[in-house]
Amino acid sequence: MSGDPVVQVTHLAAGYGGPPVLVDVTFAAQPGERVAVLGPNGGGKSTLFRVLLGELPAAGGTVDVRGRRGTVPQTERSRLDFPVSALDVALMGTLSRLPWWKRPGREEHRAARDALAVVGLADLAGASFGELSGGQRQRVLVARALVQEADVLLLDEPFSGVDEPTARQLEALFDRLAAGGRTLLMATHDLEQARAWDRVLCLNRRQIAFGAPRDVLTRDALEATYGGAVVTLPERGEEAVLPAHHHEH
Amino acid sequence: MFEPWADPTMRRALAEVVLLGLAGGALGCWIVFYGLSYSAESLAHSLFPGLVVAALVGVPLLLGGAVGIVVAAVAVAAAARAPELGRDTSVAVVVTTLFGLGVVLALSPQSPPGVQGLLFGDILGVSDTDLVLAAVLVLVVLAGLRALHGQLLVVGFDRASARAFGGRPAFVDTALLVLIAIAILVSVQALGNLLVVAVLVAPAATARLLARRVVPMMAVACAVAIVAGVAGLYLSYYASTAAGASIAGIMVVLFLVALAATQLRSRRRPPSPAAPPRAVR
Repeated sequence: MSGDPVVQVTHLAAGYGGPPVLVDVTFAAQPGERVAVLGPNGGGKSTLFRVLLGELPAAGGTVDVRGRRGTVPQTERSRLDFPVSALDVALMGTLSRLPWWKRPGREEHRAARDALAVVGLADLAGASFGELSGGQRQRVLVARALVQEADVLLLDEPFSGVDEPTARQLEALFDRLAAGGRTLLMATHDLEQARAWDRVLCLNRRQIAFGAPRDVLTRDALEATYGGAVVTLPERGEEAVLPAHHHEH
Repeated sequence: MFEPWADPTMRRALAEVVLLGLAGGALGCWIVFYGLSYSAESLAHSLFPGLVVAALVGVPLLLGGAVGIVVAAVAVAAAARAPELGRDTSVAVVVTTLFGLGVVLALSPQSPPGVQGLLFGDILGVSDTDLVLAAVLVLVVLAGLRALHGQLLVVGFDRASARAFGGRPAFVDTALLVLIAIAILVSVQALGNLLVVAVLVAPAATARLLARRVVPMMAVACAVAIVAGVAGLYLSYYASTAAGASIAGIMVVLFLVALAATQLRSRRRPPSPAAPPRAVR
């Protein structure tokens, strides 16, 4: 890959006032590249995303993101009891380009419908968000980021809690978006998913490795990322990470 | 049927309940979405001593109430600084203290008669000035809610990531609380300190059961508030019950009817296997 990177991060340190929770992160992403950000809970994935979104200032190093950023948060964070349709949620992507007192007009509605069509939900525009399946909700949130006309999409655990066929659908959608020139960064726990992407960035409070999955996903790097909870699956000869105690940070 | 409205007092009361119903119903939906019912109730109760003092001193009640709300806000902020107390507890301490103070003042033998009316309101004593104020309130609340609609939606939907979409949670929270404070200030004289929250919460809670989208829900809440207001005035006219309490009572009845109807409907129609699954997580 050559050309100007869309995302360029050099020696980034970030934290929340106290000592940095993430140090020495250096990587770049080209247009159309899919980068999996792998690491345990509390490893700094969310912190990195918050810096890339501009919500958190870098405590050190440089961050250069060209183009518009869009975020696809975890679906569990959104209120399922909120009486909004898929179209209403997609329309939220127009908020930042409108003056605060202005309501979305015809053009914004068209952009939201187009985005829902891109994610394959044109027929469900009028459905209640809370009544959609997990995968459909995830696609609505992707549509909302597309309405933001994002060049760089930050996906937070997009495959958590979705079943296998849904995951394949989402994967195909992400491939299409990348083929269209968008840069995708995905925070994930899922080694399998990370293996399928172009680049992998391993974080555990610092950068462990960055590069093509084949080069990065070695047993040593995974042990450094996950602190020893790595096993080799005998039937496949591949590494896997033992599920850690799930804890929220 | 039209007999009660021959009386100008009743006509003014009718106009007042319609106006307060519009403001309370629309604003109430966001109170329910944002989980601010307790805050609204606390605001209403804590401005009570301000009202009583204003009535005793002879300054406009609106002024007394406004001062009361500011005092309460400062007291809550101060109490919340005590690290041992949670926010919930500090609000409760401040509100009960202030409300108790107001009751002591209102019920002391030296207080002129009528001060007790502040507790229950006096919708039949609404003046033309009150009506103008209520009309201004409706305009302010509806214009404010319309301007804030996008912000309210994006912050209410997912507060944690709202900023990435141009949402400003702190601004939205403050603006909503200011609108609630204004609404309480203006409606407290008609509905009374104890019942003012009913018009802000009950119609919206009823509409929550009946409507599936935000704007229709606001319309339903306004309709419920107005129907309950008019029915409450009829009830008070023919049964000689207290007007404010009649209105609040009918709001609760409408809520229970809506609740029973939705329960019945969901029991009669079991979820079909073809329907998309309800939220798993």
